This record gives sequence, structure tokens and C-alpha cells, in this order.
Amino acid sequence: MFATILQTLPQVLIDGLALGAIYAVVALGYTMVYGILELINFAHGEIFMTGAFVGTAVLFLFQGMGLTGGLPPWISYVLILFVAMMVTGALGVGIERVAYRPLRKAPKLISLISAFGVSFVLQDLVRFIAELKTGNYIVSVPQLFEGRFSLSFSSMSAALGNATVKTNTVFIFIVAIVLMVGLDIFVNRTKWGGAMRAVAQDRETASLMSINVNKVILLTFFIGSALGGSTGVLFAQQYGTIDPYIGFILGLKAFTAAVLGGIGNIRGAMFGGVVIGVLEMFASANLGLMTGGNFGAEYKDVFAFAILIVVLIFKPEGLFGKAVKEKV
Amino acid sequence: MGKLANLKASLQGSKLAQGILLIAFTLVTAGAVYLMDRSVTAFLLLLASLLLLYYTSFTNGIKWIIALVLLIIVIPFATSGGSSYESYMEVATQCGIYVAMALGLNIVVGFAGLLDMGFVAFFAVGAYTYGIFATGQANNFISGDLFPLSGGTFWIFILLGGFMAGIFGILLGLPVLRVKGDYLAIVTLGFGEIIRIIFNNLEKPVNITNGAMGLSSIQPPDLFGYDFTFPHQFYFIVIGILLIVIFAVRRLEHSRLGRSWKAVRENEIAAQSMGIPLIRTKLIAFAIGASFSGMMGVVFAAKQTFIDPTSFTLIESTTILVMVVLGGMGSVPGVILGASLVTILNLQVLTEVTNWLNQLSMQGIINVPTALSPSKMQRFIFGMILILVAIFRPNGLIAAKNRKIPKEVVTGDESSNSKTTTSALRKVRSE
Repeated sequence: MFATILQTLPQVLIDGLALGAIYAVVALGYTMVYGILELINFAHGEIFMTGAFVGTAVLFLFQGMGLTGGLPPWISYVLILFVAMMVTGALGVGIERVAYRPLRKAPKLISLISAFGVSFVLQDLVRFIAELKTGNYIVSVPQLFEGRFSLSFSSMSAALGNATVKTNTVFIFIVAIVLMVGLDIFVNRTKWGGAMRAVAQDRETASLMSINVNKVILLTFFIGSALGGSTGVLFAQQYGTIDPYIGFILGLKAFTAAVLGGIGNIRGAMFGGVVIGVLEMFASANLGLMTGGNFGAEYKDVFAFAILIVVLIFKPEGLFGKAVKEKV
Repeated sequence: MGKLANLKASLQGSKLAQGILLIAFTLVTAGAVYLMDRSVTAFLLLLASLLLLYYTSFTNGIKWIIALVLLIIVIPFATSGGSSYESYMEVATQCGIYVAMALGLNIVVGFAGLLDMGFVAFFAVGAYTYGIFATGQANNFISGDLFPLSGGTFWIFILLGGFMAGIFGILLGLPVLRVKGDYLAIVTLGFGEIIRIIFNNLEKPVNITNGAMGLSSIQPPDLFGYDFTFPHQFYFIVIGILLIVIFAVRRLEHSRLGRSWKAVRENEIAAQSMGIPLIRTKLIAFAIGASFSGMMGVVFAAKQTFIDPTSFTLIESTTILVMVVLGGMGSVPGVILGASLVTILNLQVLTEVTNWLNQLSMQGIINVPTALSPSKMQRFIFGMILILVAIFRPNGLIAAKNRKIPKEVVTGDESSNSKTTTSALRKVRSE
């Protein structure tokens, strides 16, 4: 059994890292909004899903115009990412304006309910647009990068098997790293990033320091949602089929990642995402093997959820978060 | 306008006028339901007579008696006229099931302020508790060929299902209720999904739930040899349980426990410093809410005689949440109204509108693409209801009222004689 696990390990690691990168970038959106508003943005999973659909729609548009033949695939990929990020960013801003801002002073319960409502409305809106245009809400996505190559781990040690890597996986790593590093620099080095941290720390004091709180919150939503939307595109390219309900479970896992890293902590969310992704891939590849076929890959969602519960019991502030004493 | 206002004022003043109006309304709608073969509108109006009753100014006791007469005699009789008797009764039964579940969720969300988004999980636990033992399924892991249990055990299983769901509520609540409130929403959301996945896959190593195939031919309940199989029979079971549930909720609401829930909802820290055990109070809310749902799960399993994991999806949890939010969180009459409205919207209005649109497009008058057919738009409608209610009417259709106690009772004012104090107290109690 151990030998088999070791044999598949390189493949599992690479797939897990790709999935983890996706979780990490989505988790950033949860963590940023939570950091600034203390609100779980339930609609974030749906923003991710909308990004996947917008990206695919733009791709179909490009194909319709015959652009994909002429342009090198990475240019159309970047263009698609850009469009999807702008659309989902604007969507996030719109959601904040319509459904969250009127409730900023309301009890937490009410804003959570509104957030939950937004996520349902988005699911259905995307469903009918997709169903109107294509006749079916499950859309299969044409791939920009068809290629794949093999990494020969067996030359390092006979116990390890080889791993096949899609070109798209490499692209995911590049995009995710660029986005995460960019965000980290933005938040820690720029004036707006400083304003964001100030608002997260204390909204009222920040407003006294001549920070436009509403603008900062809108910016946070824009960036968080754009990140979510861009991952949607990566996801669609990696896995090939999308439907309006992919955002729900993925959002849940990304949220777990954010909690694992310490909610409100941006670097923590990145780390948490990668951990959850790798663990999930490992579980789905080996769970059946380790339990003698009794519990298979179908329990991989349960596994992610179990991590959430365990973290909440033993370390509710997360791996990198600070335990906050509640002030009265 | 002036005349209308006059009419309203005179109606408010006179109970006799209210009574006459109510009776006339009930008679007309009941007659319409009885005579017409299938009229959704008439049926809805007949149900609306209960709402009308709520707004009359009779005392609570009389309202209850009239409501019972309406529910037990008038509605079953009026609907028995046409060929669609069973379909009316089916709607009414579903309505009752959802009302009880919404009342359970209302304890969790409305009274204790804990957002539970996977409430259907407890419903599933109840349904499977009965389903597994009332089919041959339990033979797979308990030897002796004892199963299926006979329908007579259904009555015990109502309690057992509630108990099991309560246990699950506590198991889920224990880790989560210790951390901050917002996590609860997402953990319950996950839990609702996880329970479904587990029920969907628990066919190996031991076949407990029969996986995606579901459990079929569940034993119908029987009472001293009388089998319950039709919706009009289940209707009475549901009404019976519902009465117990409503009674329990109303008693709980004003009890010491109910007041602790509300205190916890308003401010956890303040409640704690007044000596309310935070975790225990929340856990009890969770367990009681879950057990209502579990009881109705048992009834659901017996009524459908078939259950599979697809009956317990996220959309069901959301439906129940929408009922509570729409009706008014923490308000018992509001939640009953919300649950009835949403169930009827779901079962009757959406399907009717869809049929009507289909007819129109068949005749070529308008062309509605199937993607837009209203019966598929549940998510959109529910989402919009949640957002709009949250923004414009956070207290729901019928806002929760806290019981008021006159000032002299609280301060124990010496100058007023003790007689008025006790009579005031008695008045408060009787409310």
C-alpha cells in the first residue's frame, strides 16, 4: 500500500498544488472582505463561478470572431483573464453597493442572510443566461492549451512514478503566483493598501484620518472579486466543464482555507489554500486505498469539512491568525 | 377613501362585525372549493381565512377554537367535494410539515439568533431513522430478520426521529457554538451538504442507507389496524403534531429558556454577564430546533414511502430559511404565515404559472424559453426574497412582539394598591 501511495505521490502533489493554488486565490477574497467588514461574503463562491462563465463566454466570442487561430494562446488567455476580472470585480462592487452597504449597521444575522440571498440570485441568473444561450447550463469549455508533458520523477528514485502535467497547470501556477505576490505588494507597500489595513483595524479611526472608508471597502470588494473571477477562468480551463453550482462547494473549501490560515490574514489564506488542495487530492487519490475500498474518493468533500471542524475546535484563530479578545 | 376608513374603524370596533365577515368569507370560499372541481384560487382564499382570523380581535382562546374548527372540519370537508381532494390535501400536508420545520428553525435563527443553513440535514436524519428501520434495510446490520418493523412503531419513531436529530444537533453544535457566530452559518451549510454525501455513499462497508438508490416501500403508519396511506389521512397526523409543536414553541418563547435565547441573540456578552450559560443555552436551541425537524422527517418518510438523498439538498434548507425570514424571525404567527406562503408558492403558484405559460406558448401567443420557466426559478425567487426582506423589512411580514409588562408590576409601585398589581400580572400571564 505504501509503495503505491509513494508511486502516485508526484502526480498527486502536482494536481494538489494546482487545486490548492485555485483555493488560495479564492480564499483571498473571503479573507479580505472578512478582514474589512467582518462579514462572510457568501456570494464569493458564486463570483468565482461567474468568472468561469464570463471567461468561457469571451472565449466563445473570440472563437466566433476567428481570433483564437491568429493569436498565440497565451495572449488570448491573458485577455480573457483580464475581461473576467473586470466583469467580476464590477459585479463585486455592485453587490456591495446593493446588498451589503444598506445593512452595514444592521445586525450580523441580517447581512449574512442578504449575502446568502445574493449567492442564490447569482446562481440562477447565470443558469438562465447559460441555458438561453447554449440550451444547457452545463457548459463544456474549449481548451486553450491542449498540450501536456511528463515529468520524469522515476529517474530520481525508482519508488516514484512519473507525473503528467497539463500546460494549463503551469499557467495556473504562474497566474496564481503573480496575483498573490501582486496583492501582497499592493496591501503592504502602497498607500491604498495601507488605507485598507487601517480600515480593517478600526473603521472609525481610519475615517478620522481622512481615509474614504466607502471607497476602500469598494476597492476591497473589487480586488477580492476580481481575484475570484480570475480563478474561475483558470478552473474552467483546467477541468473543462462548468455549471452554475460549482461555486458552492468550492467556496466552502476556500473558506476553510481562509479559516485554516487565520481569517483576515492574507498570507495565511494563501498557505491554507495550498494545504487544503494538496490534502484533498491526497485524500481523493488514497482514501479508498487506505481504507480497503470502504470509503472512496466520494468522501473528499467530507474530508475538507472535517478539517474545518478540527481547526475550529483546536485552533479557531487559524494557523497564522492572532487570537482576538472581544471588546465590550 | 373616507368611507373605507369608516368601515375599517367600525370593523375594528365590533367583534360581531368581524365574526360575520369571517364566517361569510369562510362560507363563500369553502363553498367555492367544494363546488369547483379544481380551483387553486379558491383553495388559497379558504386558507386565507386563517390569516383573517389572526387579525380579528377575539381573545386567543376563541381564535384557537375557530382555527381548530377550520382546520379539522371545514378544510377537509370543503376540499373533499371535487376530484382533486387528494392533491389539495397533499398541499395542506406539505404546508403543515414545512410549518413545523420552520418553527423549529425559528427557535434557532429567530429566538437564539444562530444562523443555521443546513437545517434540512436534521430532517434527513429523522427521515432516515424511520426509513432504515421500517424497510428491510436494517437487516443488513442487525441480524435476526426483525425488519421491517410494523407501521405501529411509527408513533414511537416520531419521538425517536426527533431525538436522533436532536443528538445530531448537539454533536454539530458542540464544536461550533464555542467559536464566533459567523462560522456557524458556514459550518451548518457544509454539514447540510456532508450529511447528503454520507447518506448517498453509506452503502459500503455496511449497507445502511442504500446509497443513491434510496429506501423504498417504507411501511405506512397504522393505528390499531387502521392504515394511513393517503394524504388526507396524513393531514390529520400532521395537524396533530403541528398543534403540539405550536403549543411547545409558544410555551418556550416566554419561558426562562426562551428569554435567555433572546438575550443571547441581542448581546452574547451582556447575556453571559447576567449569568446565562452561553453554550448550554445555544445547544438547547440547536437541539430543540433540530428535533422538530427530525419529527417531521419521520412523517415525511412515512408519507412518501420512498426517500433518497436528492430530497435533502441545499435548496430545501434555503426554502425553510426563506420561510422564517419572510414571515419574521422570532415571530411564531409570522413564521407560520411565511411557511404557508412559501410552500403554496412552491407547490401551487409556480407550477400553475408554468402550466399557464406552457399553454400560451403552445397556442403560439407568446414564446417563453424553457430556461425562464417559473418552476425553475426557485433559487432566483428565494434569493430575491432574502435580499429584499433583509434590506426593506428585516422584521418580516408579521414582526415579533415582545410581551410587555406594565410598569407598576416591574417596579412594584407602593402607591398603587396590590390588587391592581396582581390583576395586571394575571392579565400578562393570560396573554
